Amino acid sequence: MYDYFQSVLGLEWGYLVAVVTHILMITVGILIGLAFLLLMDRKVWAAVQLRKGPNVVGPFGLLQSFADFFKFATKEPVIPAGADKTVFLLAPLISFVLAFAAWAVIPVYEGWAVANINVGALYLFAISSLGVYGIIMGGWASNSKYPFLGSLRSAAQMVSYEVSLGFVIVTVFLLADSLNLSEIVMAQSGGVHHWYFLKLFPVFVVFFISALAETNRPPFDLPEAESELVAGYQVEYGSTPYLLFMIAEYANIVLMCALMTLFFFGGWHPLFDIAPFTWLHGVFWFLGKVVFFFFMFAMAKAMVPRYRYDQLMRIGWKIFLPFTLFWIFGQAVFMAVF
Amino acid sequence: MQELLLDYLPILIFIGIAIVIGGVLLGLPFVLAPNNPDPEKLSAYECGFNAFDDARMKFDVRFYLVAILFIIFDLEVAFLFPWAVAFDRLVEGSGWQALTSLGLLSMFTFLIVLTVGFIYEWKKGALEWE
Repeated sequence: MYDYFQSVLGLEWGYLVAVVTHILMITVGILIGLAFLLLMDRKVWAAVQLRKGPNVVGPFGLLQSFADFFKFATKEPVIPAGADKTVFLLAPLISFVLAFAAWAVIPVYEGWAVANINVGALYLFAISSLGVYGIIMGGWASNSKYPFLGSLRSAAQMVSYEVSLGFVIVTVFLLADSLNLSEIVMAQSGGVHHWYFLKLFPVFVVFFISALAETNRPPFDLPEAESELVAGYQVEYGSTPYLLFMIAEYANIVLMCALMTLFFFGGWHPLFDIAPFTWLHGVFWFLGKVVFFFFMFAMAKAMVPRYRYDQLMRIGWKIFLPFTLFWIFGQAVFMAVF
Repeated sequence: MQELLLDYLPILIFIGIAIVIGGVLLGLPFVLAPNNPDPEKLSAYECGFNAFDDARMKFDVRFYLVAILFIIFDLEVAFLFPWAVAFDRLVEGSGWQALTSLGLLSMFTFLIVLTVGFIYEWKKGALEWE
């Protein structure tokens, strides 16, 4: 694609047009993908509870998310009288932009990342740390008690699990010797026995649970525990500002699924490097793994009861953090000695 | 230097495009949807009464503690990143002797110092949420 545009439009303009096209393909792809993943989430949840889920709009309810979009877009935007208007509207935008910006470094296939930077993982870490701002700003700007408490909880929770996520990916870097996401995936080539989840299974489990908490998914959806806080930091939001929060939340969930695929499940590599498995293009392997992890997220939402807040903080700080710290220590000693 | 910065140009464009898409979505209902505000509709969400005072009230100091702890440990993780990437080059010698290489010992010392601090705050009860 880059070569084609550069041969038509010259070196610099061709590059720019190619980058913009590439980015538009990825963003539109994510938005449309999210529409169906959201439906899948609701369908899985419904199936576990022996319901049908959305089934009216389109065949099997396939167009439900698009109908929801039009409903959001035609709802009256209500900004509470006491709210700080600029910050109130800026908060969902920040959440949305950050959730998408992280996708710039995700390699869907070899060389397909928009920006294949050397410190890709560090960039991701930075972007996901910034994600707290959208929530804090939303809760503070609303000037209402429930959003304020919800945003505090949410920030404390995200911040706590960010730490264990960071420690877990250090173990991956120890094995891969690189912060470049493509190189981490390349280090796992050659079939399922080279994928890191085999060597790092306990920390992979920590990563999965921390990812649930980091994205405020059930069983750790305390910021929006509807029985206590109505809907957490989103209480005062409606119309598309709410939609932006929701898209950001789901984009982050899919991002976490993509990270698990890249770090632990060999990215775009097929299950085995022999004939029937290599017929399928790597992109489909990548997407298949992401959808599988999303299915796991949906199942966790459907089956696990919600945690209490003190239990959540205890598991993050007193179990995951010492465990991952100890694991890094042990792995470093093991790798140095053997 | 130019080359290095050029790697990051797509990210900047990506953020720009995301702002445009987000901005359009944010502006859509202001154009499409009806807008009839009234005082009841615009009041903050409460359980059926007017809010007593400003919602930005005092909150539990433990949230602040968690934020401080996060900064410490996040920095620690940021220090571990380059160490993990350069790990193979830091190890000198083989077998058990490798454990005496400078790169390992200094990071272990750093981790141990932080762990001591972590144990202290644990014993102090900074991690308790009743």
